[in-house]
Amino acid sequence: MGQNIALELKNITKTFGSIVANKNVCLQVKKGEILSVLGENGSGKTTLMNMVSGIYYPDSGQILIDGEEVVISSPKDAFNYKIGMIHQHFKLVDVFSAAENIVLGLEKEKGFDMPKYIEKINEITETYGFELDPYKKIYEMSVSEKQTVEIIKVLFRGADILILDEPTAVLTPQETFKLFAVLRNMRENGKAIIIITHKLHEVLTLSDNVAVLRKGEYVGTVETSKTNEAELTEMMVGKKVSLNIERSMPENPCDRLVVDKISCINREGVKLLDNVSFTARSGEILGIAGIAGSGQRELMEAIAGLQHIDTGSILYYDPQTGKEENLRDKTPMEIRDMGVRLAFVPEDRLGMGLVGNMDIIDNMMLRSYRKGHSVFLQRKAPKSLADEIIERLEVVTPSVNTPVRRLSGGNIQKVLVGREIASSPTVMMAAYPVRGLDINSSYTIYNLLNEQKRKGVAVIFVGEDLDVLIELCDRIMVIGSGKITGIVDGRNTTKEEIGLLMTKSSHMDDEGGKKDE
Amino acid sequence: MNKVNSLMFSALNKNPFHIAKRGEIVWWKAWLIRIIAVLMALVVCGIITVALTKLNPVKVYLTMIDGAVGTTRLVWNLLQNTAILLCVSLAVTPAFKMRFWNIGAEGQILIGGLATATCMIFLGEKLPTFVLIPVMLLMSIITGALWGLVPAYFKTRFNSNETLFTLMMNYIAIQIVAYFTLEWSVPKGSGTPRTLEFGQLPMLFGQKYLVNILFVVLITVLMYIYLKYSKQGYEISVVGESENTAKYIGINVKKVVLRTMAISGAICGIAGFLLVAGTDHSLKSDTSGGRGFTAIMVSWLAKFNPIFMVLTSLLIVFLEKGASKISEVYRLNSSFSDIITGIIIFFIIGSEFFINYTIKINKKEKEENV
Repeated sequence: MGQNIALELKNITKTFGSIVANKNVCLQVKKGEILSVLGENGSGKTTLMNMVSGIYYPDSGQILIDGEEVVISSPKDAFNYKIGMIHQHFKLVDVFSAAENIVLGLEKEKGFDMPKYIEKINEITETYGFELDPYKKIYEMSVSEKQTVEIIKVLFRGADILILDEPTAVLTPQETFKLFAVLRNMRENGKAIIIITHKLHEVLTLSDNVAVLRKGEYVGTVETSKTNEAELTEMMVGKKVSLNIERSMPENPCDRLVVDKISCINREGVKLLDNVSFTARSGEILGIAGIAGSGQRELMEAIAGLQHIDTGSILYYDPQTGKEENLRDKTPMEIRDMGVRLAFVPEDRLGMGLVGNMDIIDNMMLRSYRKGHSVFLQRKAPKSLADEIIERLEVVTPSVNTPVRRLSGGNIQKVLVGREIASSPTVMMAAYPVRGLDINSSYTIYNLLNEQKRKGVAVIFVGEDLDVLIELCDRIMVIGSGKITGIVDGRNTTKEEIGLLMTKSSHMDDEGGKKDE
Repeated sequence: MNKVNSLMFSALNKNPFHIAKRGEIVWWKAWLIRIIAVLMALVVCGIITVALTKLNPVKVYLTMIDGAVGTTRLVWNLLQNTAILLCVSLAVTPAFKMRFWNIGAEGQILIGGLATATCMIFLGEKLPTFVLIPVMLLMSIITGALWGLVPAYFKTRFNSNETLFTLMMNYIAIQIVAYFTLEWSVPKGSGTPRTLEFGQLPMLFGQKYLVNILFVVLITVLMYIYLKYSKQGYEISVVGESENTAKYIGINVKKVVLRTMAISGAICGIAGFLLVAGTDHSLKSDTSGGRGFTAIMVSWLAKFNPIFMVLTSLLIVFLEKGASKISEVYRLNSSFSDIITGIIIFFIIGSEFFINYTIKINKKEKEENV
């Protein structure tokens, strides 16, 4: 039995200062097996795998490869042991072709024989069923093609143990399906595969065994065929969680925000937004689905007054007066002065929504510090708002004077969402509000969005997890390469339908491919 | 090879120690580390003193203290120098807090000084002193602010590099002042700077430098309040921490950059005014004496806190004065005093590392536990 085990970790511990990232973790992967490492964000999955691939060095514990203890102190060591890691963020040279990227950095053997390399690449793609044109430049590629390049890169170097960090985070359902097929082929070929993920349904469809981590501690390994979603969730969270999002019917929705044919072109002449039109209604959650970087950010920022648009209009209907206002090319200040109560939870929480080095009070003040005629700051109101949010949203923090960057991801998001809700908005935009959050925090955020919806707020929710979008949103708008490819009813759509819409435009027009990411 | 490795060491003990980031540190621990750093610096300096000069290090230190605060005159001198350095440090601080690297304080001081001197020369006989001095002050503020605004304007308009821009503006200022120094020298063209008789700052309680010092005390308090409690100070922090956040909440970043640099330049201008009207009563191209650069260190050491800056500027001036005294008394090369100053500052800055990080020894017995 021992011979069959490709990689084994024994009692691995890693600490960063006082934070224990991994504590006595034990794992093993056999050849010809797919192992999922499942855990919430911050449970130490990536840290663990980074130790296997030589990026971090464990404080204690052993790593065994083919039954022998090894020291992996650099990525190069990891390569020598035939371990290949595919990171969440790709590390490719944009102007090089796929083949050039794959051979980049190879040890000098005898000369540089590109045709031979290409032959070998083609061999790999055939064996495992990849689709790849080795001559295509990286900047012309979609995210999934780039991922393929990364995977072939490690196979090309002879990796027998592959580690994939959240490989499906950026893929459409169809692309995910293809990737899984390829991974299964590799399994047939005797490779040991580890995928890091927090998506339960992927775990269940793909892997043979599941190792679960919780807060850095190893909970256990179970056979996939003998478990189910509820059990895995319980292992992950440590208690039973109900995974249902309640969705009420919208109450007398009326048009609140009408976006009409807006387009926005960047300096390179690429259309970031292309003739986008939609309506956000009060008392309704409008979901926005799409591959990351398809124009979601630009769209949100255009509405918030942060992104210049070249054509079109953004009309806002005031619920009190019924007046119509055009928000186009207004600064955030002007929008607020017009009496438009627009809440915006941006994707980049610490880089945009909050200031990491400031404490919770000062972050509360971001929205309100201008109030009053005094030249001095008024810290009383923000302080009581901070206290209120900490209490109501159960923010875990040493005090209101703690810099927000010291809080965990979930608590940071609660502070941000709490502040945005505090302005009692009429339109609320949230971009990837649960990214990086644990399950409980995620559900807190969903509940907050639902609460806003019931209050008659027009909620716009940019999401990446299609399962969540389908459960939470009343309508789902799909964006692809800056174009709206469809708006579907959240109550009777399927993941496959949305997935098809997500890729629709990038297959139809050429411009889609040129856009980076 | 790796097998050998794993036989000799268990997988973990590759290094005898490793460095880890600290969480929060209690204030007294941080100060303890700083005090230990200063003591260690003195020990190291002592060893070097003995090794290089064979002098008794305790005597050298006493001479140093004597040189800095030995007589009443020296104490006033020390305070006046501290005040000016503090003034310049306060000037660069808002810009630094905004992550605008203003290293052009030197030039902004000189231009403020030039404006002051111009008023003293051309308006001196025409205006009574109590009118003249406010005019001088006002002119130094305006010119300093304008000198600071130039790089800020180019930064906001063309996104030019402010570090290079402000640095180069220094050389322009130095040359302009050098020209006028020569032009106004007595006799003309000799290079001996003219003593400016009209518009000198008055003595207070018989002390020549007291007005300067009080001026700077006032600026310190105002700057502290401005940065910590005013809306504009808050905007500076937000722009400095994250320009994206500033835009997101609707701060007009360009306006803040221009306004802040105007303030920064204006206070440098005041420093120039104090130097020309209060301290030197003359203008030379080295009137600012490198303070525009030293101030950067003072400001950073104090982590942009105006109150801490009182301490850091005092420390720097104290070291400077003391060090020059020892090279004078013991007839040592002036490089020696620079070495001493350098070591002390190195230790003080180095102590910040130990405040943020801690060193952990990898214990041997873990080996058996595995």
